[in-house]
Amino acid sequence: MSYDPFVLPFSIGLVIVVILILWKYFRWIFSHEKAERVKILKLIFSFKLFSVIKEIFMEVLFHRRIFKINPVLGYMHSSFAFGWFLLILGGTIESKMHNHHAFNMFYEPIFFKFFSHNIDGFPFASGFKFLMDLILLYILSGLMLAMAKRLYKKMFGMKKTTKLRLIDKLALTSLWCIFPLRLLAESFTSAQYHNGGFLTDNFGNILAKFLPVDQLEYPAWWAYSIALGVFFVMLPYSRYMHIPTEMVLIILRKAGFKTEKKYTGFSRVEVQSCSRCGICLDACQVYATTQRNKMLPAYFLQSVRFNKKGKQGLTDCLMCGRCQEVCPVGIGINAIRRVKRNELFDEKGAEFEYLEESSIKSKKADVIYFAGCMTHLTPTIKRSMVALLKKAEINFWFMDEDSSICCGRPLQVLGKEKDANILADKNRELIANSGAELLVTSCPICYKIFKEEYNLNIKVQHHTEYLNELVNIGKLKPANLNFSAVYHDPCDLGRGSGIYNQPRELLGRISRLNKSENEKEMALCCGSSLANLPAGFDDKEFMASEAAEQLCVSNPDKLITACPLCKKAFAQACNERKTSNQVDVKDIAEVLAEAVA
Amino acid sequence: MADFGYKIQEDRQINYDSNDRTLFYFLKRVEPSISLCIGCGTCSATCTAGQFTQFDLHKIMLYVRRGEKVHIANEIKKCMLCGKCSLVCPKGINTRNIIFQTRKFIHSNK
Repeated sequence: MSYDPFVLPFSIGLVIVVILILWKYFRWIFSHEKAERVKILKLIFSFKLFSVIKEIFMEVLFHRRIFKINPVLGYMHSSFAFGWFLLILGGTIESKMHNHHAFNMFYEPIFFKFFSHNIDGFPFASGFKFLMDLILLYILSGLMLAMAKRLYKKMFGMKKTTKLRLIDKLALTSLWCIFPLRLLAESFTSAQYHNGGFLTDNFGNILAKFLPVDQLEYPAWWAYSIALGVFFVMLPYSRYMHIPTEMVLIILRKAGFKTEKKYTGFSRVEVQSCSRCGICLDACQVYATTQRNKMLPAYFLQSVRFNKKGKQGLTDCLMCGRCQEVCPVGIGINAIRRVKRNELFDEKGAEFEYLEESSIKSKKADVIYFAGCMTHLTPTIKRSMVALLKKAEINFWFMDEDSSICCGRPLQVLGKEKDANILADKNRELIANSGAELLVTSCPICYKIFKEEYNLNIKVQHHTEYLNELVNIGKLKPANLNFSAVYHDPCDLGRGSGIYNQPRELLGRISRLNKSENEKEMALCCGSSLANLPAGFDDKEFMASEAAEQLCVSNPDKLITACPLCKKAFAQACNERKTSNQVDVKDIAEVLAEAVA
Repeated sequence: MADFGYKIQEDRQINYDSNDRTLFYFLKRVEPSISLCIGCGTCSATCTAGQFTQFDLHKIMLYVRRGEKVHIANEIKKCMLCGKCSLVCPKGINTRNIIFQTRKFIHSNK
């Protein structure tokens, strides 16, 4: 057995980090009920395990999703993760082959060159020399990029990188020290014993020309070991906790865990999986518009993790979901935000007793049409819908024709679940009493809550889906009006509910649909989202005009959307556009009504 | 008595000495746009809850300015926070936040 006191910082650090991480794993998993924990075992003993391993390899080590978003950034992240993994793997094999023994001390592969001066004499020895140096070079190249990123973030196509906490800065410094110190230590050793590859050998020989390598060798190995030890001890308290957490996240997610109404152990895993890579920062419209930064996912998750409840940035978010879409780790940011809002705001603040005396009576019909509060502010949408339903000879009941009970989602997104449930119960009763088989709504906000939270035993459709269906079965026969159009995906309909194709199919029949820059999953929010509480009129107007500007690059005749809030926001923004080409803002139901008439 | 659709107003005096305007100052701090209100009443006209019951944001805003807390606490509960009022407000006041913050204030000062 080889031993030298300099391995102690590394060894102690490693023992501490392993104990801490195992303790965390234990707490996360055992905060769940037994029934849920069984799902993990089921996953491990099934064929799905292979896809889990594949995903862990692709995401945790190779960072495929970051590569997709930004190749340079992907290279940087993968050089650290994949490179370090290869270094450990290669070192382990090399040292075991050298010792001709399957068991050696865990620090031997890390400090192999120090302990083994003569490393020839086993198969592929020179190949290993070359490979290990190549891997080290790979990591060092990523390190150079990481340093450059802190200085010139524009080089990476990033407008902004995350600001670090003190412990993150310390951990970052020790991480950055590890690999250059390894290079130095190995080079000093190689200069004396010629046991290095193309990198360390040559570098060592150069250094030997003007440095007393024999005196510097030992301190360099000490420094390398200390850097490793310091990094390990700081890892569980810094952002680098994402390294051991992300694979747990992948396993639990595959096993069917989800953040729903409570902040669970799984939510903790999600929060600690955030590496604060900063990709979400550029996706946030509120930040781009207002320069307020407390709501940015990287900072929000950080404040949740360190138990500050994320108060400051909690309500200042559109919950549009763009950050979730770009997040390379796939953290369910909106769900965590909702849970945290519930924790803070779900006191019983409302009384809706007056609804008991309301005059709304259910009417028997096949289809219920629910316009939604906001649609009453854009009355052409509901008039068009009524005209279309009549034209298609549908036996329908206009549920909120005279007075509407709010669907409850505006309360729900602000964390007032209890209040929202009172409204939901009332609406549910009305819907059930009508005996209809289908509920059609014009508002994506209502649509989402009807579909996901009401537990109705009838079908729920947004009017884009329903109208498309009516056209497909020939109940409505629209003419091709032959104008050019762009379609804007409302957040709750697109990202929120995954409805992208139906409106495009429908519009394809009546217009020439142009593509726009940020479409579908990456569509901008109009800014009117009810999830954001503090954003004022000016903020919203600015967000709307930015989004409208981007949508209208191709100078379409019409800007078409499928949400009363988006319509209102864009109509206002486009009215104030200074360019000569005015664009007509319409809801999809309105254009279809024109095409059918 | 025959109902003519209008009646004699009760005699009311606004006593600023006994009224408590802390809510108004709180709101001015957390949602400064409250100062823009011209009392036009568009919010009340479009109100979803107002279709079912006597609920009047326009009136609540008056109470807030005067510091008549008892009225506010009873009234503010009726709102569904649907946000229509903030969309129609001609002065662009974030009425939804005003109501949300008022509830929070009343809840924490019980």
